Formats: sequence, C-alpha cells, structure tokens
Amino acid sequence: MAGELSGILEHVDRIGELELDDVPPTSHVVELENVLRADRPHRSLEPDVALAQAPDPVDGAFRVPSPQAEG
Amino acid sequence: MTDMLELSAVQARDAIAAGDLSPVEYSEAWAAAAAEDDLNAYLWRSGNGDAGAIAVAQPSIAPVAVKDIFCTEGVPTTAGSRILEGYRPPYTATAVQRLLEAGAPVLGKTNMDEFAMGSSNENSAYGPVLNPWDRGRVPGGSSGGSAAVVAGGLAPWAIGTDTGGSIRQPASLCGIVGFKPTYGAISRYGMIAFASSLDQCGPLTRDVSDAALMLAILQGQDHCDSTSVGLERAPQLPGRENLEGLRFAVPSELDRDTVEPGVREVFEATLARIEQLGGEISAAPLPHAEHGISAYYVIAPAEASSNLARYDGVRYGMRAQGGGDLIEMYEKTRAEGFGAEVKRRVMLGTYALSSGYYDAYYGQAQKVRTKIAADFGAAFADFDFVVTPTSPSVAFKLGEKTDDPLAMYLNDFFTVPMSLAGIPAISIPAGLAEPAGGGPQLPVGFQIAAPAFGEQKLLDAAYALEQAIAFDARPSGAPYVPSGSKKRSGSGGEGGG
Repeated sequence: MAGELSGILEHVDRIGELELDDVPPTSHVVELENVLRADRPHRSLEPDVALAQAPDPVDGAFRVPSPQAEG
Repeated sequence: MTDMLELSAVQARDAIAAGDLSPVEYSEAWAAAAAEDDLNAYLWRSGNGDAGAIAVAQPSIAPVAVKDIFCTEGVPTTAGSRILEGYRPPYTATAVQRLLEAGAPVLGKTNMDEFAMGSSNENSAYGPVLNPWDRGRVPGGSSGGSAAVVAGGLAPWAIGTDTGGSIRQPASLCGIVGFKPTYGAISRYGMIAFASSLDQCGPLTRDVSDAALMLAILQGQDHCDSTSVGLERAPQLPGRENLEGLRFAVPSELDRDTVEPGVREVFEATLARIEQLGGEISAAPLPHAEHGISAYYVIAPAEASSNLARYDGVRYGMRAQGGGDLIEMYEKTRAEGFGAEVKRRVMLGTYALSSGYYDAYYGQAQKVRTKIAADFGAAFADFDFVVTPTSPSVAFKLGEKTDDPLAMYLNDFFTVPMSLAGIPAISIPAGLAEPAGGGPQLPVGFQIAAPAFGEQKLLDAAYALEQAIAFDARPSGAPYVPSGSKKRSGSGGEGGG
C-alpha cells in the first residue's frame, strides 16, 4: 500500500504549486447563519434501545476490555 | 404483470390516483421482480415480510430501492462494510422517512462501495454489483447497486448518495438518470457520513420526470440536520419543450483526448442536439477544475478519517475477538472490519490532517475549493449551465482498475468539481458507445450542472434534452420503457408530489 499512497500523494502535491496565499479556505459551500432553536426537552432513545446494538452491553453500560494490558 | 413494470414512477402514481392501478398489486409485482436479482445488487429485500418499522400499510406510489448507507429502523444497514454486518439501526433516516410518508414502500437495501468509497462497487465487503448491460463490467459506484436495480428492472427508482460523483457516474455507466441536488437540499439525518462537507442524497431514476417527483418528496429542511435548508419551492414536474435562450458552457480546459473516443462522439452529438433545440454553446474557462481530483482526495479522506473514528467495536457493529486490552481491541476490530480502500483513505486523511502537513494539504485543498467555486460563479454570470461528459469512459471491466487506485480516482474527474462547489448536477443517458477495447455498445451519460438551488431550471432543460435524445436502449430482459422514449401524457407544470 506504500507505493499506492505515494502515487496518490504525488498527484495531490500538484495543488501545492498553486499560488493561493490570499485565498480564503472553503469549509462549507452554502451560506448558513447560525440560529438558536427553542430549548424544549424531548424524548430520546431509551437506554435499552441505545445499548441493543452493542457487542457487549452490561448493566446499562457498554463494556470494553481493560485499558491496561493484562498480566 | 410486465405491463405495470413498464410504467415510470410518475405514470404509476397517476394510474394509482386515477384508480387504474392497484398499488398493492403493483408493489407485489416489484417485490417479485426484485427477488430475481442476479446482479448482487440487493443486500436485503423486504419480500421476506420483515420490514418491521419501515413497512408501509397503504402504498400509494412506486416502491423504492434504498442505498444501504441510509439507516432503516430494525432493518440491516451495513454501508457495504463488514464492520456494520448485522447492525440494525434504532431509527430511520429522514430521506427514507419522507418516502415512507409519501406511500413508497422500501423494496430493498442496495449494495455499494464500502462507506461510499469507490467508483466501481468493487469495494463492497459483500462482493461487486454486476452491470446489467454486461455482467463482466462494473456498474460504477459508489451507488452501483441503486443504479443497477433501476437499469436492470429490479426497482422502479432508487435513492443514493453522491460525494464526488457517486450518483451521477453509476447512472451514466448504467444508462439511467442520476441527480445530485444542491448541498443542503435534502436532509442527511441517518445517512451514514463519509465526507460531511460534500455528501448529498439524490434520486436514481429511469427518466428526468421521475427524478423531479422524487426530489419533491425528499427535499426540505430538517431540524435533525443543521446543514439542510431545502429548496425555496418544491420542484414541479418538468415540461420544457426546447432550449431557446439558454446558454451552455463547455469548460475550455476540457481535454477531449482524455475522453474515450466513443464517449466523445456521443458528447459532441449531444452538443449539436442542444443547438438544434435552440440552445447556445460556448467555451468558458474553469481553470481550477483540473485540480478538483487533487483537492477532493485530500478533503474527502480527511473528513472520512474523522467520521470513521466512531467504528471502534464499542457501541454498535462488530468487535474483533481475541482478548487483549482496549487499544488492541480497537486495532483488531478496525483491521478486520475495514476493507483496503477504507484503510487507504483513513491513512491519507490522517496524514493530510497531521500537524506539519495540515496547511500544505487540507488548508491548501480548501483554498482550491474556493477557487473552483469561484470559477463556477464566474461561468454562471454568463451561462445558465455547464456541461461535460459524466464519465471519461463507458463501464469498464471488473478488475480492470482495482490495482491502480489513482486510475480509479480519475473516473471522477468530471463529477468532483460540482461536488466541491456544492452545485446541482444531473446525468442523463445520451447514447451508446463502443468501449475503447472493443465490445458491445454501452451507455454514455451527459452531465448538466447549474447554479446552487437552480434545480427547477436544470430539470426543465434536462427534460427537453431527454425528449430530443429519445434514448431507447435498455439491457436485455429489463422490463421498462427507457428514459425519454415516450412523452409524458398531460401538460407539464403539474404539482410534483
């Protein structure tokens, strides 16, 4: 995969040759103004539904292996 | 039975409304057709009666095939990835919900490139989709399943997603209509994220009128997606007869030598057709479009590397077995769960975002994006539309480009600039051409792009051109009457859903 990634980066590197110092970056193409909605409480997923797809749910929580190596 | 499958979605809607067609029989006929899938196009079908929460009690409009990137409550949703095998989402995407509320049952979930990363559908963890025109060739991607089911007569219409061409390119390679609306036209809530500043939902249909009808159902603001703005007016069914007074720009940098000869011929013939219909054709500069692929393959992988961080074997999806600590579990899960292309892009993306390289890659790519959008802005000051071939080639052979990711990426050369600019673009079938290496003739798509939120004008022009082209080819065995080969009865301008 190293060769493939180098080939792709070589192609991508061509944008480095463009003079764009004064150009502002675009992160979002449609102009949007931030608006705040009313802060109304509403029901969300029930805990058992949110946990139903987890590989290892236990006691209303997601169980994961210990962050520290065993032994 | 075959007769009702020949109806377009608009014709079926009208026949149902007039009482001439039983929507239940119609839906059942389509379920039976979908069950004949020999293209590996469906990953799940509703025929087994397990549609559960997404079942429609009273169908009133054509059933729809849904790309497997849209969450469907209780129904498997994989995004073409092993890492989501067996995942049954607890909620339904807004786009699908709108279709259900319009009375469109979900016929099935369609195969796709893993997390929408690909242009051939060969990156699906569940095997490639076959092109109904030639089963030895790819259907395009990433919405390859959605394009193949419509072209192959396994669904009347479908939805897909387009990040850099993933609706338009497979539509082109399968000889159907594919429409990417303006960024923000349709809610993306429940649509599994790939590159959030680019992803957009859209229709894959037999003809332009069906695309307009589906857009009317899908579009609109959604409080669950803060980037959704909807369209100012719901689109009407198109009815334009000619192209008089409309100005079409061909990018002056469009190097015709990079386009397959057969595709070039169909493209030139379509330009002549536009002139016959009264449209004006001129060249217009889009000097930064050629850098679109470079900018795209920085921005999209960068955003993907962030979006895909959530697949860690903790809250949903698969977890690799084999013990070890938390970090080992993350690593094994992602190593086993993701395919090669996803890994390639996550690595590219994290590299482009890493400290020391951010300005040279991600920052620079975002500036290129500004220039590409500005180029389109300048073109649209003088022109109504920009036109290109949708894809540089007709459908290529399975395996032909899998060893060369860059060659695969260059398939998106004509579709990526519109995605970066966030503007609407449609691909319509324009004719057939022989592949460069010889063989039976295959469909060629013609792309028309318009300014942001110019959907209605774009659909109207595409409709006029579609009627004039009268594309009447279809894969052998497909039941439908192809795009543009019949005039819609009644006048244009009626309410579109």
